[in-house]
Amino acid sequence: MTDLLKTPLHALHVELGAKLVEFAGYEMPVQYPAGIMAEHQHTREAAGLFDVSHMGQVLLGGAPMAGLAEAFEAMVPMDVAGLAEGRQRYGLFLNDAGGILDDLMFANRGDHLFVVVNAACKRADIARMKSALEPGVTVTEVTDRALLALQGPGAATALGHLNGAVRDMGFMDVATVSLDGVDCWVSRSGYTGEDGFEISVPARHAEPLARLLLADETVKPIGLGARDSLRLEAGLCLYGHDIDETTLPAEAGLGWAIQKARRRGGAREGGFPGAAEVLEQLASGPARKRVGLRPDGRAPMREGVDLFAEESGGVPVGRITSGGFGPTVGGPVAMGYVPAELSAAGTTLHGELRGKRLPVTVTSLPFVAARFKR
Amino acid sequence: MKYTEEHEWLLEEGKLIVVGITEHAAEQLGDVVFIELPEVGTEVSKDDEIVVIESVKAASDILAPLDGEIVEVNEALADNPGLVNEDAQGDAWFFKMKPSDLGPMSDYMDEAAYKDFIA
Repeated sequence: MTDLLKTPLHALHVELGAKLVEFAGYEMPVQYPAGIMAEHQHTREAAGLFDVSHMGQVLLGGAPMAGLAEAFEAMVPMDVAGLAEGRQRYGLFLNDAGGILDDLMFANRGDHLFVVVNAACKRADIARMKSALEPGVTVTEVTDRALLALQGPGAATALGHLNGAVRDMGFMDVATVSLDGVDCWVSRSGYTGEDGFEISVPARHAEPLARLLLADETVKPIGLGARDSLRLEAGLCLYGHDIDETTLPAEAGLGWAIQKARRRGGAREGGFPGAAEVLEQLASGPARKRVGLRPDGRAPMREGVDLFAEESGGVPVGRITSGGFGPTVGGPVAMGYVPAELSAAGTTLHGELRGKRLPVTVTSLPFVAARFKR
Repeated sequence: MKYTEEHEWLLEEGKLIVVGITEHAAEQLGDVVFIELPEVGTEVSKDDEIVVIESVKAASDILAPLDGEIVEVNEALADNPGLVNEDAQGDAWFFKMKPSDLGPMSDYMDEAAYKDFIA
């Protein structure tokens, strides 16, 4: 795996005994010796530290915020102009048909927008931003900072030991916070359904900060394996699986991310790629929907399992896009797309597993209630 | 005790053999969350996929090591698949089978050979 990229925490992962795998061109820890189940439970009960430095960090600047917001609103269906300084929002890049090219986070940092995109999409996202925004807006990839996530009910206490100011941050607040004497860009957000923080730290300070956090006995290192089971239980989409270029926001259950100002009748209606298709589906309702699915038995149903309305015969009505064992739920959980008329919670469908059709119940998401800071 | 290249262990118990997976395999699989065992009485042929093991990471199969009949399965695994991670080469045996011919047992690795195999 010599040609793979390494994050600034690579040596620490090796030292901690991580099992390393290729992910989006990076060599990343999938788990540590504790194992995925224990890491998952620890994050739900205390605090887990994740290395997410493979994700893309991008600064949009070179113009006053009003200009930056106006330019970025031409790329995403979100209300950027209405985002207050020090606040972050979930966003989507769309193609001209309204299909999702990537999901992202963006924050108003006063004199610039800070954007975080998925690792596998970052090259394309940055090219897209440069093409759409330059020269009026500067698009700068941040390559000298790591990104850590500290997640779990104990995250605020643990990070609060380094700087008490983080305890007062609200969900989706963003601020520059001094941690161990280093200016970090901290947001109160995450990808686990738990309270927690995402921390952009200068690369050379990443390992000392990680070690300092891990010195707290409530904080354990968590790999990508548990990151996936945590986000699945939280009902959060994984790009390339639950959402991709063939899914529109409304059918993906992401209509909430499109604020009123950008919808039909809003102050700045449309004006983003795929607006006609996206707003039409949002107004009239999608023909299919992303739903939660609980296999009735114990067997996990994973991505690619076909869903049928009937116990035998017929053609697939949908397909599982993410699935596995939910350690907190204590059983198998999955997400997938089903026709709108079969999307009501309580509907019984059948997943075909190893040639057998097994009952699956449509369930509201998330499987594990979110515990974000309010 | 004999070992297969699929990381099963085979223990002769009179005319039966007890089959499980090795500690090495259990470690590689990670936390086991589901096991589907064959029905008692099933006639199996060597290399039939007869057990499904799902860990938090992925699904994998266990192959029949010999031709024969399944005579007993470890029901405790259905309720507690995590037993495989705790005691792979003890309490977490999968099934017992009655081989039609014990001869091919000698084709499988002994402990020293298996240790070399996974080294």
